[in-house]
Amino acid sequence: MSEVKFSKEHEWVTVADDIATIGITKHAAELLGDIVFTELPDKGSNAEKDKTVGVVESTKAASDVYTPISGEVVDINQSIVDDPSKINSDPEGSAWFFKLKIKDKSEIDTLMNREEYEKFAKESSS
Amino acid sequence: MNVKKTTLFNLHKKHGAKFVNFAGYEMPIQYKDGIIAEHNTTRNKSGIFDVSHMGQLFIKGKDDLTESLQKIFPTDLKKLSINQSKYSFLMKENGGIYDDLIITKIEDGYMIILNAACKENDLSIIKSKLDSKFELILRDDLSLVAIQGPESKDILEKIIPGVKKIKFMNGNKFSFNLADIYITRSGYTGEDGFEISINNNLVNKLVEKMIEHGSNLIGLGARDTLRLEAGLCLYGHDINEETSPIEANLKWAISKNRINDEFTGAKEIKRQFDEGVKKLRVGIKPDSKVIARESTKIFDEKNNQIGKITSGTFGPSVNGPIAMGYVSNLFSKSNTRVFLEVRGKKIPASICDLPFYKKNYVKGEINVRS
Repeated sequence: MSEVKFSKEHEWVTVADDIATIGITKHAAELLGDIVFTELPDKGSNAEKDKTVGVVESTKAASDVYTPISGEVVDINQSIVDDPSKINSDPEGSAWFFKLKIKDKSEIDTLMNREEYEKFAKESSS
Repeated sequence: MNVKKTTLFNLHKKHGAKFVNFAGYEMPIQYKDGIIAEHNTTRNKSGIFDVSHMGQLFIKGKDDLTESLQKIFPTDLKKLSINQSKYSFLMKENGGIYDDLIITKIEDGYMIILNAACKENDLSIIKSKLDSKFELILRDDLSLVAIQGPESKDILEKIIPGVKKIKFMNGNKFSFNLADIYITRSGYTGEDGFEISINNNLVNKLVEKMIEHGSNLIGLGARDTLRLEAGLCLYGHDINEETSPIEANLKWAISKNRINDEFTGAKEIKRQFDEGVKKLRVGIKPDSKVIARESTKIFDEKNNQIGKITSGTFGPSVNGPIAMGYVSNLFSKSNTRVFLEVRGKKIPASICDLPFYKKNYVKGEINVRS
């Protein structure tokens, strides 16, 4: 498993072979508050980098979920649709959103590492 | 304009509040535990709400003041006994609502609780309609705190003995730290509870006592999910200058014996009473878990737009999405099938009775006074 990478839209990505696992960051989950609804992309659909592929809603508001890299959706995490509160309790672990068959590995290089992301998150929320 | 703070600001901060600007005030939207936990705490135990941003208008006068106020409000104020409260409206001539408010008759006149965003405008409208001999004071030396939920009466009784006896929509004067405070049994959550009008220099002490006795601070986020489950309107969203009390399905708040009487908006209200209205406020429940928020368009089965949602969220106690909105009169009956346009998709929903969550108001033992 590779190093975890982060996007400016507060998604995280891990890569194993040609499969990427994507979710939203702890920082994003905290900002959203209690998550009560999740919509994920359809299995088999093609996700295009930086485009909306899903939605998370808290009691306060709805937020789009973007994919930080392109690829075919090969798996989705039904457990966070059934119980969206899992995203608040384990956002960067068991509450992953979807898995992609990566189309272009070079897209991963455009993402931030943890240190860069944490700096970015701190700056954008202050 | 400078953002204002209530006297309890530092206490909110100490308890981990996240703040938002609401009607020009920096108000706590939630504390550490989050909206759902705060919502459930209020439903199951007791919650404290700082509502000091709301206007507390006092008008002094005797019977001639009652006469004059009857010309403004559609409420039978003559029937109010001292310390009794009524929900009412400040209306435009065309029946649109400038504000919804609670009028309480007190010994030397009336106390009117106004929405924060409306209070200055309300004051000038009411002032312009009253003889200048009546004194109107919007008290900013007073805070307003609500304590809501099933355990609230016992908690407050320990701090202020006697409050348990107040009946719903009634109030009375009490004493706290040798100072006069005014307490009504009312609220905005669908739960039994009280609202306490207290001098700014004592409010921190009172709230700290409530926390000591087991109540918890609750933010505006949970206040919104609680009131929406209870089917209560939020001014500026579910009611405004473009909606009348009849359209808002708040007919009950207009005193029956005053329909043919004189008050601002009377002509249009009477017409709407007799002829009916074109749109009505209804409850709406999506079939799925999708939340339809404010401004969501509502369609009929033939894809004609029939209305719009004015409030929508997730209701923690009903464990699903809930909404309120206006639909064309023909579609206002319970169980009517409608479709809500969310992110380009039409999601099925049903018109339903309000409230979503059954009220738990306690009538109280006896009126302390009578």
